[in-house]
Amino acid sequence: MLANIFGTSPVMPLEKHVGIAYKCVKELNEFFAAAIAEDWDRASEARDRVTQLEHEADDLKKEIRIKLPKSLFMPVPREDLLELLLVQDKMANRAKDVSGIVFGRRMVIPTSIADEFLEFVQRNVDAAKQARKSVRELDELFTSGFRGAEAALVEGLLEELDQIETDTDDRQAALRWSLFEVEKEYNPVDVMFLYQVIEMTGEIADMAERVGRRLELLLSH
Amino acid sequence: MEEQIIYIGLAAVFGIFMAWGIGANDVANAMATSVGSKALTIKQAILVAAVFEFLGAVLAGGEVTSTIRKGIVDANLLSSTPELLVYGMLASLLSAGTWLLIASRNGWPVSTTHSIVGAIVGFAAVGIGIDAVQWGQVGTIVVSWVVSPLTAGFIAYLIYMSVQRLILSQEDPLARAKRYVPIYIFFAAFTITLVTILKGLKHVGMDISLTNSYLLATGIAVAIALFGMVMIQRIKPDPKAEKKQHFYTVEKVFAVLMVVTACSMAFAHGSNDVANAIGPLAAVISVAQSGIVGAQSALPIWVLFIGGVGIVIGLATFGVHVIATVGKKITQLTPSRGFAAELAAATTIVIASGTGIPISTTHTLVGAVLGVGLARGIEAIDLRVVGRIFVSWVVTIPAGAFLSIVFFFIFKTVLP
Repeated sequence: MLANIFGTSPVMPLEKHVGIAYKCVKELNEFFAAAIAEDWDRASEARDRVTQLEHEADDLKKEIRIKLPKSLFMPVPREDLLELLLVQDKMANRAKDVSGIVFGRRMVIPTSIADEFLEFVQRNVDAAKQARKSVRELDELFTSGFRGAEAALVEGLLEELDQIETDTDDRQAALRWSLFEVEKEYNPVDVMFLYQVIEMTGEIADMAERVGRRLELLLSH
Repeated sequence: MEEQIIYIGLAAVFGIFMAWGIGANDVANAMATSVGSKALTIKQAILVAAVFEFLGAVLAGGEVTSTIRKGIVDANLLSSTPELLVYGMLASLLSAGTWLLIASRNGWPVSTTHSIVGAIVGFAAVGIGIDAVQWGQVGTIVVSWVVSPLTAGFIAYLIYMSVQRLILSQEDPLARAKRYVPIYIFFAAFTITLVTILKGLKHVGMDISLTNSYLLATGIAVAIALFGMVMIQRIKPDPKAEKKQHFYTVEKVFAVLMVVTACSMAFAHGSNDVANAIGPLAAVISVAQSGIVGAQSALPIWVLFIGGVGIVIGLATFGVHVIATVGKKITQLTPSRGFAAELAAATTIVIASGTGIPISTTHTLVGAVLGVGLARGIEAIDLRVVGRIFVSWVVTIPAGAFLSIVFFFIFKTVLP
C-alpha cells in the first residue's frame, strides 16, 4: 500500500529518451556521407536506422506521457518535464524529416560545399550529444535538489551547449553563402530544396539548445 | 472459574490473531522502505524487524496498551457488570481482525489502530451507552491522527533539507556524508533510547532517574554512532558504479544510517501497534482474574510478550512476502531519502507511544514521505493514492465500530 504512493519516476526514462534521440541524429553523419557519395543503398540503410530510432523515441515519449498523470507531485513542474521531452523528441523528428527529403529526392549535394556540409552536420550532431550529456545529469540534479555543486556543473554543460549552437549558426550562414556562390550552376528547384535541407538540419542544434533552455528552467525553480 | 478460562482463552486467541495480522501486514510498511532502498536484504529486514518489534513491544508498548485497555471506555460505569467489558473487548478484537482481513483482501490501505479504536468506541457507545466512552480521550486520539502525519512530515522535511544543504549539494558529498552521517546516527539512536527509558521502562519495573536517563541514552547513542563511524570508514568508492551514478558511494554511507533508522522504525512500530492486539486482551485478563473492572493491577509483562511473539510469527509466515513485494516497488526511496522518512516517522511514533497515544504507523510514515517530497527529495508521488490512504481511515472507524457492535450483541447472547 505504501509502495503505491510512489509514482513512476520520469527521470531515467527521460535520460533514455534523449539517448535514443541522439543516436537517431548521429545517423545523419553516415547518411549524408553516403548521399554525397551518391551511394543510395548505403544511404537507404542509414535512413532506415534514422526512421526506426525516431519511432523508438516516439513510442518512449508516449509511454512517459502516460505515466505522468496530473495527480503526480514532483519537485519540478510536470509541464516543464513534458516540454523537455517534446524538444528532445523534436531533435529526432528533424533528423527523420531531413533525411526523408534528401533520400526521397535523391538530392545531389554540390561537391564544392560537400566538406563544409558534412562538418555542419557533425556540429549539429555535437549539439545533440551535448544535450544528451546535460540531460543525463537529471538524476543527479534530482538527488541534489537542483542546487549547489551539481547545479553549477550542469550550468557549465549548458554554456558549452550554447557555444556549440552558436557555432552551428555561424556555419549555417557560411554554408548558405557557399551555396549561393554556386547556385546558378544547379537546377533552381534542387537548390531551393538544398536551402531547406540546410535550414532543417540547423534546427537540430536549435532543438538541442531548447533542451538546454528547459533544463535551465528546471534549475531556476 | 470456568467462564474466566473461556474469556481468557478467547481473548488470547483473538489477540494473537490480531498480532499475527499486524506482523503479517503492517510491519511490511515499516520495513519495506529499508528493503526498497537496498539498505537491508529481505533476510536482514526480517531479523531486524523480529528483534526490534519485539523489543519495542515489550520495552515501550506499555503506555499505549494501557490507553487501549482502560483509557477509552469509562470503567466506573461497568463496575456492576464487568462481563460487558469482556464481551466488548472480545468483540473489538474480532471486529478489528475481521475488518483488517477484509481490507487486505481488497488491497485497501487501512490502519490497525483506526480499526481497533473504532471498534472499542463502537461497542461502548452503542452496547453500553454514549456516556461509557471517554470522549475527551477519544478526541485526543483522533486529533493525534491528524497531527502525527503532519509532525512526521515536518520533521522529515527539516531532516532532508539539512541533508541536501550539508551533503548532497556540496562539492564533495562523499567526504561530507562521512562526516555528518555519524551525527544523524547519534540523533536517531538518542531519541529512540531516551523516550524508551523515560516512558517505557517503568512498565518493565525499571525506574531510572532523569539525569541517569539522559546519561544512559547519550552513552548508548554515542556507542552506536561510533560503531556506525567504523562501518562508514570501511566504505570505499567504487569508481565503476560511481561513473553511472555520482551519488553511488554517498548512498552507501547513508545505507549504514538507514540500518539504524530501520531498527528505530521496527522498535517504534512494535511499541505502538502491539497495543492494538494486546490492550483488549489485557483488559479481559484483568477483569477475568479479579472480577473487578478497572482494577489497578499492573499490566502483566507476559501479555506484552505474547503480543511480541504474535507479531514475529505473523512476520515470519506472511510478512516476508509482503515486504518483498512492497520493497520492490519502493525504488525511489534511496537511503539518503528513506532514512529521513524513517527517522521522522519513528521519532513521532515513539513519542506518541511514550505519551500513550495509539497512532497509525502507516499514516505517519506516509506523512514523513510527503515531507521528504516537499523538500524536493522524491521524483514522483502519486497524490491520488495518498488521498485514498487518508480517506480510508474515515471509512475504517465506522466499519470497525459497526462490526464490533454486531459481535458484542452476539457475545452477549451466546457467552455465559
